[in-house]
Amino acid sequence: MKITDVDKLAKIANEIRIGIVKEVYYGKSGHPGGSLSCADILTVLYFNQMNINPEQPNSPSRDRFVLSKGHASPALYSTLAERGYFDKKELVTFRGIDSILQGHPDMKHIPGVDMSTGSLGQGLSCANGMALASKLNKDGNRVYCLVGDGEIEEGQIWEAAMSASHYKLDNLCVIVDNNNLQIDGSIEEVMSSYPINFKFESFGFNVINVDGHNTEELIEAFNKAKTVKGKPTAIIAKTIKGKGVSFMENQVGWHGKAPNEEQYKIAMKELGGEI
Amino acid sequence: MDLDIKIATRESYGEKLAELGEKNDKIVVFDADLAEATKTIIFKKKFPNRFFDMGIAEQDMVSTAAGMATCGMIPFVSTFAVFAAGRAYDQIRNSICYPKLNVKICATHSGVSVGEDGATHQMLEDLGLMRGLPNMTVLSVSDDIQTKWAIEEILKINGPVYVRLGRLKSPVIYNENQKFEIGKGIQIGNGNDATVIATGLMVSEAILAKEELEKQGINIRVVDIHTIKPIDRELIVKCAKETKRIITIEDHSIVGGLGSAVCEVLSEEYPTKVTRMGMKDTFGKSGKAEKLLDYFGLTKDAIIKEIKKDM
Repeated sequence: MKITDVDKLAKIANEIRIGIVKEVYYGKSGHPGGSLSCADILTVLYFNQMNINPEQPNSPSRDRFVLSKGHASPALYSTLAERGYFDKKELVTFRGIDSILQGHPDMKHIPGVDMSTGSLGQGLSCANGMALASKLNKDGNRVYCLVGDGEIEEGQIWEAAMSASHYKLDNLCVIVDNNNLQIDGSIEEVMSSYPINFKFESFGFNVINVDGHNTEELIEAFNKAKTVKGKPTAIIAKTIKGKGVSFMENQVGWHGKAPNEEQYKIAMKELGGEI
Repeated sequence: MDLDIKIATRESYGEKLAELGEKNDKIVVFDADLAEATKTIIFKKKFPNRFFDMGIAEQDMVSTAAGMATCGMIPFVSTFAVFAAGRAYDQIRNSICYPKLNVKICATHSGVSVGEDGATHQMLEDLGLMRGLPNMTVLSVSDDIQTKWAIEEILKINGPVYVRLGRLKSPVIYNENQKFEIGKGIQIGNGNDATVIATGLMVSEAILAKEELEKQGINIRVVDIHTIKPIDRELIVKCAKETKRIITIEDHSIVGGLGSAVCEVLSEEYPTKVTRMGMKDTFGKSGKAEKLLDYFGLTKDAIIKEIKKDM
């Protein structure tokens, strides 16, 4: 399935956002802000870019996705459900004791999750390992890794950036969800990771700056990344934390908090979702 | 048993790994700028395409290996024990053990027997750290023959394994016909005066102590615990029932390692007084390995002294 119609993709992204809010509301915990900020990126990856088949989630030659910022699990789960990896009804069980949908992605129990993540900073290294394996086995598949702009404060990210460049992993594409907020405040206030683009560039990456909510720009960037040989690509996606739910947008407080019933109803009304 | 021939377990590892590389093309090897010391260099020379030097970046190395394991490869990851189990603990925990990935961490330069490099490089807590991790199998091998068996045997385990290896040349204890089994300790001798439960480098010291004590009419037995997890509960309980004393010895902290593991078993199944010999909640220091082992009481003489103290 490859959807090219941007309006259709926008509708899918909206469905994914509805799923995110549902998960966090019913789970009474989770991270809505950084999930909503990457919904458009995940939509383009899973519905336009990646060579995947939900019927065969473990196919060796599939493209892979590593959610290094594992706390955005609501976004990944909602995307996987929307794409048909499992029933959307599962979403309301998020973080429950009988649920497969663990607080952070668990590759052992959730169809479609390519890597277990949660402890920040490790996913890019894991993605490198997948990209190296692909090169070694000449599988020809691509590996995508989403990191947060706060997450890249972890030193291991830069170890991994060095490795990706050293091993010329042109089958690897890193996306930075640059929503500018982390738990204790803005990126600038807490621990500035800026300038993100120049950092990746100096580590040997092909860097593309995009509006992370502009589907056309995202598609163009991913297509461009495929044509670059001999080096990995980093797409720096400028996003809005909490995107799509007015009272969550650009609010630090919505990093890791569930909406109450009233807030849930407002969010659903804005997104056009059924309660 | 000819304890005069000495080979470091890191050497045995390097040789066996290169041999296995021929039989199994899924094996890939990662090192962090220490291939010369960990002996993965032997594999590197034979299979340069399947060897990845990750530079001085152990955390990245461990998670990269995890990613590769998700694609069906069998990564062997090597560096000094302090940088593997210590520096990259969280990566081993979350990237490898939680998803139960098929990564073999073969860490060399464990214990105070590292010698001159001193405390920062002498890993004394790795057995404790690694055996606390769900899904992890933990081995601590005692000689050349056992190491070569272990490196081949762990390929049969589809999951994480930690193998503790040493820098110092140590006596070859076993012959080629010795049978080993993961999770099964090896009882050497039938003496009832005491059981010395040893692991790694300390097994040969315990055997030397046993031989010398025999001449003095004191009959002990030695148990080689090469699998720290899952540990051989049955054998430990049997020896506690059959012998007058239980002594554990390890080139590792007495907190969290073999001694602790034995105490856990006995306190639950057959409460017995246990004497733990090892590094007594202290860091090591620089010096020649043999002198350090003597200084910290990790020798046959220290074992003999401990056993005679009570008689």
